[in-house]
Amino acid sequence: MINDVQTWVSVAAYTGAGLAMGLGAIGAAIGEGYTAAQANFAVSRNTKLSGDVFKSMLVGQAIAESASIFALVIAVLMLFYKMPDATMIKAASLLGAGFCMGFGAIGSGIGSGLPGGQACIGLARQPSIGNRLTTNMLIGSAVCQTPAIFSMVVALMLIFIDFSKAPLFPTWAAVIGAGLSTGLAAIGSGMGGGFAAGASCEGVARQPETAGPVTTTMLVGQAVAQTPSIFGLLISFVLMFKAFPESTTFAASAGLLAAGISTGFGGIGPGVGNGMAAEGAVRWVARSVENAGGLMRIMLVGQAVSQSTAIYAMVVSLCLIFVV
Amino acid sequence: MAIEGADIVKAAAFLGAGLAMGLGAIGPGVGEGMAAAKTCEAIGKNPKEAGLLTRTMLVGQAVSESTGIYSLVVALLLLFVV
Repeated sequence: MINDVQTWVSVAAYTGAGLAMGLGAIGAAIGEGYTAAQANFAVSRNTKLSGDVFKSMLVGQAIAESASIFALVIAVLMLFYKMPDATMIKAASLLGAGFCMGFGAIGSGIGSGLPGGQACIGLARQPSIGNRLTTNMLIGSAVCQTPAIFSMVVALMLIFIDFSKAPLFPTWAAVIGAGLSTGLAAIGSGMGGGFAAGASCEGVARQPETAGPVTTTMLVGQAVAQTPSIFGLLISFVLMFKAFPESTTFAASAGLLAAGISTGFGGIGPGVGNGMAAEGAVRWVARSVENAGGLMRIMLVGQAVSQSTAIYAMVVSLCLIFVV
Repeated sequence: MAIEGADIVKAAAFLGAGLAMGLGAIGPGVGEGMAAAKTCEAIGKNPKEAGLLTRTMLVGQAVSESTGIYSLVVALLLLFVV
């Protein structure tokens, strides 16, 4: 059975759309469920505030939802956009875009749900600081969305860039690797950012007067937790824009695919770990604000060590791309 | 295209290197983060012992790091030696 190129491009577009939406729905659903569970708990504690808690829950859920809306946009685009350049490379890059957006939305969806839930609990505890709590929640969950936005950017680039001039071997592997790198690395950063944001909402509700140092520690911790997804983005850009010489060996293709896999999977653990370290620091800055400086320092030292494996993974990817 | 045996072996080594380092990095990242989180908690409770706690954290993290370094070594062996 021999099919023309257009058939394979359509197959890849539909498979990619399914992957983007199917995987992309996981995280947002978990995050929103967590928010709703905490909101119910908060209402049971303080039934008079059910209206405010309900509002806060919906705002928190709306942000968590945005990760899966990105996935929906990419999926619908792949279903209905007519590709001007039907080549086998385009088929591979559509598959890569599907992986990228699908995996990339998981972490941000879960992560954004955590501050939403903690804001609901906090509102029941300290109704008078509702505005400050909501602001803190919005800042924290906005940062959690950045890995999903990186994934959407890479997915859009994979859909719209014309790769048809590049040699099919090994560019097909480079574009799939580009999708896997950003998509997988975004899982850890999204979740890690959420841990820090959740702890900061809890802290602001517990000790409203510490809101300034708590938010600062959260932002620094989240920024470090984002770095693994930035490594993923970097490797994706290299894989998309470096001109690879034509090579019909299987090894050349496998090396580029493995470059994406290494930085992608390698970013998950450090992203989550950096987030945990930030969570611990933020929680205890709220409880003992006079130690904020020392806690920030130990958080950064701990994060630096946790980060090291993401850097090893990036080094292996760069070796796979440039050296071997 | 004709695929030769040596080519498949090399391709498998590259894929293996990517998988080894990628998957191997997950555990140490999470584990070291847990250690750092608990150290922040402990320093929050008892700031006077910050030096001792930092030392304990770094030693614990170094042990946790070892599997990440094993992965790196295996990945580099797959890339450049075998």
